[in-house]
Amino acid sequence: MIITKLKDIDEIYEMIKPYSKILIAGCDGCCQPPRSINEAKVLGQMLELKSKMNGKNLIWKAITVLRQCDDRIVGTTVRPYIDEYEAIVSLACGLGVSMLNRIFEDTLTFPAQDSMFGASENHGDNLYEQYCDTCGECLLGETAGVCPVASCAKGLHNGPCGGQVDGFCEVGEYKYPCAWIQIYERLKKFNRLDLFNKFRPPKDYRLMTSPGHLELIQEYTNAIEEEEGEK
Amino acid sequence: MGNRPAFSNLMKEIKTGKFVFTGELEPTKMVDISEIIHSAEAMKEYVVAANVTDGPQGMAYVNSLIPSYLVQEKVGLETVYQMTVRDRNRIALFGDILAAACVGIKNVLALTGDHSALGDNPGAKPVFDLDSTQFVYQLSKMIDENTDVYGNEIETGKVEMNVGIAANPNASPREAEILKVGRKVAVGADYIQTQTAFDIDDAKDFIKELSRYNCPILLGLFPLKNYGIASYFNQYIPGVSVPKDLLKSLKSAKKSIKDKKERNKKVDEINLEFFVPFIREIKKSTPAAGIHCMAVHYERLFEPLLKDFR
Repeated sequence: MIITKLKDIDEIYEMIKPYSKILIAGCDGCCQPPRSINEAKVLGQMLELKSKMNGKNLIWKAITVLRQCDDRIVGTTVRPYIDEYEAIVSLACGLGVSMLNRIFEDTLTFPAQDSMFGASENHGDNLYEQYCDTCGECLLGETAGVCPVASCAKGLHNGPCGGQVDGFCEVGEYKYPCAWIQIYERLKKFNRLDLFNKFRPPKDYRLMTSPGHLELIQEYTNAIEEEEGEK
Repeated sequence: MGNRPAFSNLMKEIKTGKFVFTGELEPTKMVDISEIIHSAEAMKEYVVAANVTDGPQGMAYVNSLIPSYLVQEKVGLETVYQMTVRDRNRIALFGDILAAACVGIKNVLALTGDHSALGDNPGAKPVFDLDSTQFVYQLSKMIDENTDVYGNEIETGKVEMNVGIAANPNASPREAEILKVGRKVAVGADYIQTQTAFDIDDAKDFIKELSRYNCPILLGLFPLKNYGIASYFNQYIPGVSVPKDLLKSLKSAKKSIKDKKERNKKVDEINLEFFVPFIREIKKSTPAAGIHCMAVHYERLFEPLLKDFR
């Protein structure tokens, strides 16, 4: 899931100030905390109030999309409303905001949120944690399932930096665990310190650098389309 | 110890088996570095080389290469060019090492560096393209094979440097730190300079554990110039605790002696009482190759502290 944080209402208002009719699109996908139809309505009410305070009348409609990062779903869900509104405010992550802008080229879509990181939800600790940084070269097999790219503040590949105290990281005032100490403890538990001691040479950051692209294998896509055609 | 020749005076002295001392210089937000030059002159007689720090605590300071060069050039004191991987990718590290070699730098200390979020430009994008171990690997490629990490050859001249690494006796748990040092030695470190130690038994244990790698160790010591520094160190430097008695004596010197000269004299005495036996014990009963004395802005202590060890 993608962890997002709602922007300050003043910042969102500044973006939509030039428009008097806006569409507010929630997302039912993986965006967390949830930003669906209810959140879209609340945002609409807040923006309407803010507009009134500034002597403006804002017309808005709240909808929600199953997944804003899927072009087909976005196209079919949003198209019926697109002509009625001057701008869109998206409550998805950056993927949704970008997708809306690309599909509806003649309408500007603005972000209501800041996208923070891809995370797993840890219910026990009431915490969202970044377990993966989509680095293009998975190391988890050498690190007992704890990712040093995502979970070490310095993204180190060869052990702790030395700044850890009692197993806690120097970044964040020793509140969060040192990933490399977690890796060390887990590998030790499984008697696999050979993996801890292994030297990992400089990483190929081309695998991680934006913009990321992956073209689907042509035969595979063709086969699916043929199959769909037969149906 | 590997097969790399001793290029620096520091490495040559270590190889002779002499108990060596290194000092430390800390250039900050400065263009005029005469203060650094003066400090280097004051310690020249007592140390074989002086480390030049690279933005400690993540601070935005003058690039350590130029002071490293100027100290060698103007003072005639060899320097250990400290480099962190925090602010430079492999291309910039490579370029800076070549530049350092161009101007005759013979020692580099390969460090991770404190995270930029801890410094005074906290929003800076941290780099960490390489980690300190991979940086040692890059240095080995440059020094031993005359290439960059991809095998592209250095066209003219040779990089003749010895590679130092850090080890932190205050890191906990310690075994992970020890194993990491082993890996850095395996990829090409020539010597180890440790962070500050205050507990003699703990320091001896640490040296004993590191000695399995057969790589010379310089134990880091930090003489305390006044009570303020001591209590700051104790409170804010993670994992470091200044012994209570030492703190107490420094505090009482601060409170009871008004005359600055007299007070300094007392502070020096307190430091000598603590560190002279400390160094003697390390020299006598451990395989340490020497002491890295981080008496930054406290050069007057070098003479009385080190005179008996020269």
